[in-house]
Amino acid sequence: MPKLIDTLGNLVDNAWLQLPKDATLDHVVQSSSKLVLVPCKLWLAEKASLLATGKTFGVWFDSDEPVGHINADLALLPLLALNFPTFMDGRSYSKACVLRQQMKYEGEIRAIGDVLRDQLFYLKRCGFSSFDLKDSVKLEDAQKALKDFTTNYQATVEEPVPLYRRRA
Amino acid sequence: MYRYDQYDRQMLQDRIAQFRDQTRRFLAGELENAQFLPLRLQNGLYVQRLAPMLRVAIPYGCLSSVQLRKLAHIARHYDKGYAHFSTRQNIQFNWPKLPEVPDILAELAEVEMHAIQTSGNCIRNTTTDQFAGVSPHEIEDSRPWCEIIRQWSTFHPEFAHLPRKFKIAVCGTETDQAATQVHDIGLYIVRNFTGDVGFQVLVGGGLGRTPVIGQVINEFLPWQHLLSYLDAILRIYNQEGRRDNKYKARIKILVKELGVDVFRNKVEAEWQYTKDGPNTLTENEFKRCKAFFTDPVYDTLVNDDAAVSAKLNSDIRFNNWMERNVRDHKQIGYRIVTLCLKATGAAPGDLDAEQMEFVADLADRYSFGELRVTHEQNLVLTDVKLLDLPALYDALQREHLATPYTGLLNDMISCPGGDFCSLANAKSIPIAEAIQRRFDNFELQKQIGEITLNISGCMNACGHHHVGNIGVLGVDKKGEEFYQVTLGGSSDRQAALGKVIGPSFAQEEMPDVVDKVLQVYLARRQNNERFIDTYNRIGIEPFQEHVYAKAD
Repeated sequence: MPKLIDTLGNLVDNAWLQLPKDATLDHVVQSSSKLVLVPCKLWLAEKASLLATGKTFGVWFDSDEPVGHINADLALLPLLALNFPTFMDGRSYSKACVLRQQMKYEGEIRAIGDVLRDQLFYLKRCGFSSFDLKDSVKLEDAQKALKDFTTNYQATVEEPVPLYRRRA
Repeated sequence: MYRYDQYDRQMLQDRIAQFRDQTRRFLAGELENAQFLPLRLQNGLYVQRLAPMLRVAIPYGCLSSVQLRKLAHIARHYDKGYAHFSTRQNIQFNWPKLPEVPDILAELAEVEMHAIQTSGNCIRNTTTDQFAGVSPHEIEDSRPWCEIIRQWSTFHPEFAHLPRKFKIAVCGTETDQAATQVHDIGLYIVRNFTGDVGFQVLVGGGLGRTPVIGQVINEFLPWQHLLSYLDAILRIYNQEGRRDNKYKARIKILVKELGVDVFRNKVEAEWQYTKDGPNTLTENEFKRCKAFFTDPVYDTLVNDDAAVSAKLNSDIRFNNWMERNVRDHKQIGYRIVTLCLKATGAAPGDLDAEQMEFVADLADRYSFGELRVTHEQNLVLTDVKLLDLPALYDALQREHLATPYTGLLNDMISCPGGDFCSLANAKSIPIAEAIQRRFDNFELQKQIGEITLNISGCMNACGHHHVGNIGVLGVDKKGEEFYQVTLGGSSDRQAALGKVIGPSFAQEEMPDVVDKVLQVYLARRQNNERFIDTYNRIGIEPFQEHVYAKAD
């Protein structure tokens, strides 16, 4: 069973239908789901037609796809998802930071793909708000991992003030 | 030295608990090898040819006697009684047992040390000039800045899975003993015309398979913006650095492919979002860090001592040692002493537990309990009274630590090579030893003068062979070990990459090859030219002609 959790480690219902990278407009029209997570390419190519379906959309990005192109659409999108083709591919950490810090996106940012327990703490600090865990990850381990560290040095999305400005 | 407060200590304890659990899960089969790999690497743990290897950071080379005794204890208790100082101000243990590594990390934490990010595709240990804070030729002490960078880079959540490893060096001296220009980011501390401190920022330097000298992307970065600017560089690299080929994944390739001006513009554009934001360094934070690196309480002394002068006249070996291993200090009556860990027959940079404890005692007695580790794989006592030098020398002599070769041919850099490392194509230590044996004569070394000879067992270049005046690279030719020689490299302010002299050589030829190179130099040298000066004047051809000349 895939598990979706939030930053507190709570299980969250996943009502979104995630479409694959090569999905077309037909897939969207044919699906019964009201909440559809479409690949970024489809969104950019078919935005008007997608919106005309009356459904609600989220957009997911692979690690090599820039997020800047949807800057004007952010208000339409309650969910953005960033894919980890492998957990070693760290590009999506920076993308989440860019979405939060520069593009001021306030919706849900979800980590999808190769999402393992040992990434969760850093993902959370970079502004991810939900984690679509791989099957192999145990829920209680993931909950524990979200609390791996009690304090951190850097200025991040989660804590914009660096430790050196907070040190007692 | 920097001392941990409750925050630093807490983070280290959290890390140990995290790694203890990761190790437990791996040993219990809950964590796949491929998943454990980057986790153990970010805790300094490699799997090597014969056993795991644990690399412990000595942040920017600063080490206390208490810490050195702990390293001796670890070598004795968890390892085979010795350890190896690397070329990046780290120390490596070659025989730890994986289940015991969390315990080793806990022992290290007791003395405020760790192995965090000493390996893996993340920001590594920040390095600097070993004479920071005591050099008479200093623009500004680099250590507070290194500590600020250490904290910024430690557990940086955005940059834990970079395309490839990332190394930063900071230099505040005019001489540059930190090989600053061959780092992913090199920072030279500078002052502008109004006397304000800032950094000249170089990017895209590095050794390895594609050696490159870093290029300047900012001539004067005011110090307040150091961290936001570093964030901007790393964010561009993290997103745009190549991930399809690990040999093209370092930032130097990105900078080359984009061109330095395009790269600079991208960094500037990225930086605009965070410049002047909360990550702008404060005067308070600088002062806090600076306060850890104040001068010890120096005695008021004079710059000559009768006993030293007498011994200089009567003891030629002391005289040699003074000439090579003792440097001027910023404080009158004090000297900087290098312990050259290059005794002939010992692997360069290796020290056993007894020697570590002995050196720790000397640091306590003669140098306020502090030492430095150098990228040339030596140790330094930074604050020794001139009048203590005869006693210090006698003590070092008894433990074979008074090798008077600092900066000379036998003070060579060598990676551990094929004897230990699973990446190596060829052995390094036996080459170093064969050359050391051939030239183990102070008069000869002195005649040759200042020179660097760097040996790497493979093109990963841990032995910095590209920037040795003479570089030696182990290569594999159909299963046999051969050695390629380069000339003209340098890692100081006039950094240069060596040129390959020609076809490679068999192991047993190497001492002769070095000898022939030196013969050309000595024959063509004008006045007191150093090897590198002669090379730069006459070029590589005369060396090639002589080294490859057929015997009549």
